[in-house]
Amino acid sequence: MTMPFYVAPEQVMKDRADYARKGIARGRALVAAVYDDGILICAENPSRTLHKVSEIYDRIAFAGVGKYNEFDSLRRAGVRHADLKGYAYAREDVDARSLANAYAQTLGQVFTHEMKPFEVEILVAELGGESAGDQLFHILYDGTVMDEEDHTVLGGEAETVAERLTQALSEQRDLGAALRAATSALAGPDRTLTASDLEVAVLARSNGRRAFRRIQVEELAALLIG
Amino acid sequence: MTLPWFTPGNDPGPSFSELLRATGGDPPVTSDAQGGIDVTHGTTIVAIRYAEGVVMAGDRRATEGYSIAHRAIEKVFPGDRFSGVSIAGAAGPAMEMVHLFQTELEHYEKVEGSNLSLDGKANKLGQMIRANLPAAMQGLAVVPIFAGYDLRRRTGRIYKYDVTGGRYEESDYHATGSGGRDARTTIKLGYRDGMSRDDAIELAIDGLYEAADEDSATGGPDVVRGIYPTVATITAAGFERVPDEEVASHFTALIERKSPRERRP
Repeated sequence: MTMPFYVAPEQVMKDRADYARKGIARGRALVAAVYDDGILICAENPSRTLHKVSEIYDRIAFAGVGKYNEFDSLRRAGVRHADLKGYAYAREDVDARSLANAYAQTLGQVFTHEMKPFEVEILVAELGGESAGDQLFHILYDGTVMDEEDHTVLGGEAETVAERLTQALSEQRDLGAALRAATSALAGPDRTLTASDLEVAVLARSNGRRAFRRIQVEELAALLIG
Repeated sequence: MTLPWFTPGNDPGPSFSELLRATGGDPPVTSDAQGGIDVTHGTTIVAIRYAEGVVMAGDRRATEGYSIAHRAIEKVFPGDRFSGVSIAGAAGPAMEMVHLFQTELEHYEKVEGSNLSLDGKANKLGQMIRANLPAAMQGLAVVPIFAGYDLRRRTGRIYKYDVTGGRYEESDYHATGSGGRDARTTIKLGYRDGMSRDDAIELAIDGLYEAADEDSATGGPDVVRGIYPTVATITAAGFERVPDEEVASHFTALIERKSPRERRP
């Protein structure tokens, strides 16, 4: 009988984290920021059909970066979680915090028990009644949940993008201003991003019951010009 | 609540009822009772196609045997943005069916990232009615009308059902429920192709009024409490409730038209 080599648990966790981080760093970043009518989510995504940003429920949106099939299966599970809860209880009982916790449980479980961790970072955003009530939950590949204020960045080069975003965001926050700040932060000093490079969606208080809305290319181009 | 997580082989797909089954949230209702109980019933509903789409309307009465169970029940609901469903029959199962149907449509839209076709939605509702057949045999029949605006064909469309889930598309109008026959006759006489929104609403209200006149289970306009039939239009702009004031003004016009003829000195 052969004995498996002993590997320290610290080493196992470190290897897995490195693996997941490497996978995530390969993809483009995604930015979420609160603006005066809700929450803006802006991702660098040349595809019109494979979405990074999606609707979960009336006032909840999902965004993911990393491996598409992995965050998409998380998205589906989130839609299921929310719809089951809203069907069994009431629409107002569906909240982002409980969904974020459920995601954290699943990601944590996969990180420690499966062969390979998920190479994803996800965002669960919930629109409040007023902008002080807006919530952004940033969840990492190992199930770490971060409750972010005002804005957050997911994906490759998140720190540099976040620095640029903090500088670019001003106090005056209509949709156009927030979007231009997000785009310049994503692009950095050497590039310019056009409407067709971006996937943008908002959770807006003025949208009625289902607050989620995708911003289509024409409208996006107009907003980017300002 | 943990995250509903499935292996690829067991994935319920975009269907919400499959998901309910897979998560055990859908306990089957079993009963050997053979009818004989008075449950709440909703009654007359109508749908009429007009130039821009479809108008749907329903009276507000629910009955329990010979008593009135509710004076202001709603029977016309949005299915999703471009469709509506109105219900006649046992109110409990019908409301539940509408709730499930709405969730089903929204769930599909979110999971798949695209809308079902109008035919797809109508079919789904048919399957749900068929699933209710055992209960229907015990007197808890649900018979809805489904209508919507077909974005591909750019026209309003109306579907009627029987208790077995049979789905039949009606080209112009339909009415069902206990006063459905009277409403249908009225609408048949007044229907013209390509009616305006106003004319279609007026015809729907006429139909409901005549149904209430002949059928004890259909409620007429309740001027004392200000309760009027629910009327909604479904067009390219989506499902919209017609405001109560507008419905009330149609009734005022109806009274002015009918009174001189009906009043005896």
